[in-house]
Amino acid sequence: MNLFETESSKLVESEEDFVVNIGPQHPSTHGVLHLKIKLEGETVKDVEPHLGYIHRSIEKMSEAGNYRQFSYLTSRMDYLSSHMNNQACAIAVEKAIQVEVPKRAQVIRILMAELTRLASHQLWWGAMGLDIGAVTPFFISFRDRESILEIFEDTCGTRLTMNYNVPGGVMLDLHPNFQKRVRELLPILKKNLKEYDDLLTGNVIFEERTKGVGVISGADALSYGCSGPVARASGVSCDIRKWHPYDGYEEVKFNEIIETAGDCFARYKVRMLEMWESISIVEQLIDNIPEGEFQAKTKNVLKPAKGEWFVRVETARGELGVYLISDGTANPYRVKFRSPNFSNLSALKHMAVGGKIGDLVAIMATLDLVIPDIDR
Amino acid sequence: MLEFSGVTGGIHNWLSAHFGETGTMLMEMLIAGVVILLGMILMSFTLGYMERKVAAFMQLRLGPNRVGFKGTLQIIADTLKLLFKESFAPGTSDKLLFNLAPFIVVVVTMLSIAPLPIDPALQLFDINIGVFYVSSVTSISVIGILVAGWSSNNKYSLLGAMRSGAQIVSYELSAGISLVVIVAFAGSMKFSDIVLSQADAWWIFKGHIPALIAFVIFIIAGTAELNRAPFDMAEAESELTGGFHTEYPGMRFAMFLLAEYVNLFILAGIGATLFLGGWMPFHLWDLEGFNHVMDYIPPVVWFFGKTFFLIFVIMWFRWTFPRLRIDQLLTLEWKYLMPISLVNLILVALVVIMGWHF
Repeated sequence: MNLFETESSKLVESEEDFVVNIGPQHPSTHGVLHLKIKLEGETVKDVEPHLGYIHRSIEKMSEAGNYRQFSYLTSRMDYLSSHMNNQACAIAVEKAIQVEVPKRAQVIRILMAELTRLASHQLWWGAMGLDIGAVTPFFISFRDRESILEIFEDTCGTRLTMNYNVPGGVMLDLHPNFQKRVRELLPILKKNLKEYDDLLTGNVIFEERTKGVGVISGADALSYGCSGPVARASGVSCDIRKWHPYDGYEEVKFNEIIETAGDCFARYKVRMLEMWESISIVEQLIDNIPEGEFQAKTKNVLKPAKGEWFVRVETARGELGVYLISDGTANPYRVKFRSPNFSNLSALKHMAVGGKIGDLVAIMATLDLVIPDIDR
Repeated sequence: MLEFSGVTGGIHNWLSAHFGETGTMLMEMLIAGVVILLGMILMSFTLGYMERKVAAFMQLRLGPNRVGFKGTLQIIADTLKLLFKESFAPGTSDKLLFNLAPFIVVVVTMLSIAPLPIDPALQLFDINIGVFYVSSVTSISVIGILVAGWSSNNKYSLLGAMRSGAQIVSYELSAGISLVVIVAFAGSMKFSDIVLSQADAWWIFKGHIPALIAFVIFIIAGTAELNRAPFDMAEAESELTGGFHTEYPGMRFAMFLLAEYVNLFILAGIGATLFLGGWMPFHLWDLEGFNHVMDYIPPVVWFFGKTFFLIFVIMWFRWTFPRLRIDQLLTLEWKYLMPISLVNLILVALVVIMGWHF
């Protein structure tokens, strides 16, 4: 018996089916995702994602590192929200070793996380335009993303995989220019976000391409385990920052953006509005960074007691869960990540079947897939 | 004043004096062929450079700026690169058709460039059914695209080719009908007659509402016929990677590109000739002094000015609009453009019969 023979793989292989492989190298998969799609004319009859092209066994490798080291691998999972990934790991370890994070470190973490979310959504917006056939948004969004990454570079030394969170706080204090540069950037970003709307949001073709496409109901989104903007666009309230506040999100005023249509345009709108919310969070905090320590005192080698911990944070794509088991040694016994993209991708077939190839691409764009996060 | 009648007339007289009637005709055909070829290459270079610069202007970039003065030689460098590439064909492709397809597309382009009146004296052949000839010849290019997609033996190519077939065949209709509007106004299919009929004012002004509707439909349908964004279904990079030319390497790929740019020029040229007066200067009915001043600008400048304006508009579409989906594309044609242009045709018949145009 062939262990790898599943029901769906049998389904695809019949003579008269027109099977097209999208990926692993394809402009619209944003990485090495492989979709086997069955077509009837232009209509998609079946979608089967094949995963694993960029599997690097991050979970297993995490067991080899100690509690300070393993979070650095997670920057490479969802590289567009690397800061939030590190944050989840840091919070999990802090829970395990029972350390209070100083107020300043928490605020810095939120600031960085929201800037990361902005940068991530901006990249998504550009890629969305590209997928739907408009090339110009990509360049416009990269202009703004670049200015955010430069701020990261000042403080963290890196632009993408920041590795800025450590158990107990953040690795370094903020760069002296940080506040000044962020304050300068915010009005520009606000102006440019309006430009995003002018260029794409109201466009007739864009609305035609996205409204009513890839609809998923709230119940279905829940049952597929969707989270983040994908679930919120279907009316599911699932923002971890609201439901299970961490790092002081409970003290920040922001709205959870919820749309009810559940189509591509709703997902688009949720992300566009989330950018405004992120800007408002940054605005609230940038002038109120408390003085004090940026890192709590921790031992050199962290040895939590036996036990297990589960921590979740809201990354730019949805809910990231970190499940940590300690056996009392310096290395984690087991680390399991619940990544948002994996679950969001699982809903792809539900959304795409019955649509056209163009719809499939639009749906993938609004799922905002980051492939390394799916395979890990 | 810069006019080509002296040059072309001089060549004709010189040839007739030396070679006799048949010889003159043969020599002129040869010269015309060479001129078309050189013109096509020059035009695709110009438009390639222009497209890059226009795109860069809209995308906060500089565009080509290293090779040659302000990057003008970049496109030649790219052509050289494509020339030196291996001329590879997939093992499972239909070799004959695979190699033939780019040539079909390019030959069609060469055929349709011939009757364009660039200058009163610079028109390669002034056929009396010019408009009809151009619209029928350009529709052959769909065969080249279908052959390319089919012979590549690649599913992406096949899908792209089929999309392109459906698209070009559909949009041909409303593009053709909007040309008929001007034919009805001018009362002739001959390009030179149409241009001369605009001596007092261009048809887009004289023909007021019906001409304006026809012009808008012509630009939309023409963009669709060119397979350019927002109607680039046949290539649809994010969906079908490269569409019908996914498998084409090197120079044969460049030939599709060349054909696309020259077709863009032809489309804009026809649009300029029919709606915006071609080489005819901007004249206003009775304003003698104004018309006289406008006459000092040479016809070539007028023609290329209008043509490049339309080309810029079409490039502008490409770099700002998202792509339509295939069913929306066909809906747009059959449910909107086609009925509108048919009604417009009736309207124009009424206007012409009653003499309501200026």
